[in-house]
Amino acid sequence: MLELRGVSYRYPGYATQVLRDLDLTIADGEIVGLVGANEAGKSTLCLVASGLAPASIGGRLTGSLLIDGEPMTGRAPHELAERVVAGFQDPATQRSGVAATVFEEVALGPMNLGLAVAQTVGRTRAALAALGIEALAERHPSRLSGGQSQLVALASLLVMRPRHMVLDEPAARLDPAGTNLVAGAIRALAATGAGLLIAEHRTDLLDGLCGRIVVLDGGCVVLDGPAGEVFADDRIEGFGVEPPARIRLARALAARGLDPALIVLDADATPVRGVASPDPAAAPSAPA
Amino acid sequence: MGLVPVTPGPSLVDAGISPADAALLRRLVPAMPTAWHRLNPLTKATIAAGESIGAFVLGGYLGPLLILALVIVPSAVVARVAGRLLRVSILVSLPIAVSVVLVTVFTRAGPTVLFTIGPFVATLEGADFAGQVLVRLLVLATALGLFGMTTEPRALVFDLERRGVSPRLGFAAAATLETIPAMAERAAAIQAAQRARGLDTEGGIRARLRGVLPLVVPVVLSSLTEVEERSLALEVRAFGRPGHRHLLWTIGDAAWERPVRWGIVIAVIGVGVARLAGAWPHIP
Repeated sequence: MLELRGVSYRYPGYATQVLRDLDLTIADGEIVGLVGANEAGKSTLCLVASGLAPASIGGRLTGSLLIDGEPMTGRAPHELAERVVAGFQDPATQRSGVAATVFEEVALGPMNLGLAVAQTVGRTRAALAALGIEALAERHPSRLSGGQSQLVALASLLVMRPRHMVLDEPAARLDPAGTNLVAGAIRALAATGAGLLIAEHRTDLLDGLCGRIVVLDGGCVVLDGPAGEVFADDRIEGFGVEPPARIRLARALAARGLDPALIVLDADATPVRGVASPDPAAAPSAPA
Repeated sequence: MGLVPVTPGPSLVDAGISPADAALLRRLVPAMPTAWHRLNPLTKATIAAGESIGAFVLGGYLGPLLILALVIVPSAVVARVAGRLLRVSILVSLPIAVSVVLVTVFTRAGPTVLFTIGPFVATLEGADFAGQVLVRLLVLATALGLFGMTTEPRALVFDLERRGVSPRLGFAAAATLETIPAMAERAAAIQAAQRARGLDTEGGIRARLRGVLPLVVPVVLSSLTEVEERSLALEVRAFGRPGHRHLLWTIGDAAWERPVRWGIVIAVIGVGVARLAGAWPHIP
């Protein structure tokens, strides 16, 4: 379990706190979505939760980061590498630049841990297999599509076998096909027992992927609950968060006097039940 | 060509891996199609450095040309890159060569005037000096070019790490090499974005100069952001962990290569000292 207790943080050289007295818990195997307006503190929370702030980037942190009840505050990032890791939005900047194959790129982490070659190879093969990208093993890391590159970046985190992962907009630069690949990968990561915190603007990606949503505003947690409830909360737009298309469509239907309870969409926005209307002539066809 | 003995080539540094994994690791090793490619990276680096420094230490025409004819060209033939090496070396050194010729031919004073163009006087002594510089430049370009064409950076990085050099140094060198094309790519994307917003980057010098700032600032700022994100991404993968790393593979180092490397180093130092002491005969 990853816990943030009473965390406040400000960047070096700044007087304002970006995170303020924040509490957050992520259980093993749980996928938690983190949403909020720009400047709400999502990326900063990712840095703090992964132990990179203040250890790598400086700044002042009060409160504590605990993993499985053990305090992690003040530890060097390499000491946390097998407990919590962080992924960022641009897969290109997550490449080491020293590997000529995907296999070597993914293997870099275990090598850094000082593992024997047999262990490094075993972990690397397992990480590639978990994300279904074994076929990319001998490809050059810089000659992949955006989605494939992000999967390699995720495999490079998974290979560390961390208890928790923090992903800051992992699909921000991807097209719909790449986004689907990453969403599948995130489910695979959670299936390994890792607890995931995913900061993301696109609530459609989080809808159906996350069991729980945390809304951040001004560096504070303002909403925290089951995804369905938080996304349906009327206040969410006031915090600069656009609800998923499923919710917006239901609201639009309700505004036209249609019964939103009768529309059910799955996570891919595919209607699985028809729309009932009091006036069949006015009813739209099933939305695609 | 039997001048270069075949070296052990790649070696897996850890026992206890399955035959399938061993086969995979062998496929990860950079392609080494010729005996020259299979030389240890440090040996190739030493040879390239020895050739380059040797050309400058010997001076004149004959010394550098002998290095070129007796060492570099045969090595390039063994490595099967002679044609490409010549083309690339000439292309890379051409701008410097033109500058050297223009500067030295017309500015080096001497009694033998070849011709004059306005206030500029070309002398035989200037042409002679330019010729010597060009020969050395050709040796330098071909020596380093041969090394670059036959050695993958990661092979050198792994080999240096195996010898105890910090992986951070190797990473810095390799990452720098990757940064250059990445920056060019980003600059092109930013230029396209700025042009889409109406920035004039073509036409006269004034228009081009006006377009520099809106390009340079985003390129520099985004590069700084990228460097920070890249370093954080490495940190989470335990790159900062002190201690030994078990490398997946290294390039072999044949028993004869070490004395050859030391021989080159001693020979270059010896000739250099002899030249400085005036004990080395003048070679034209």
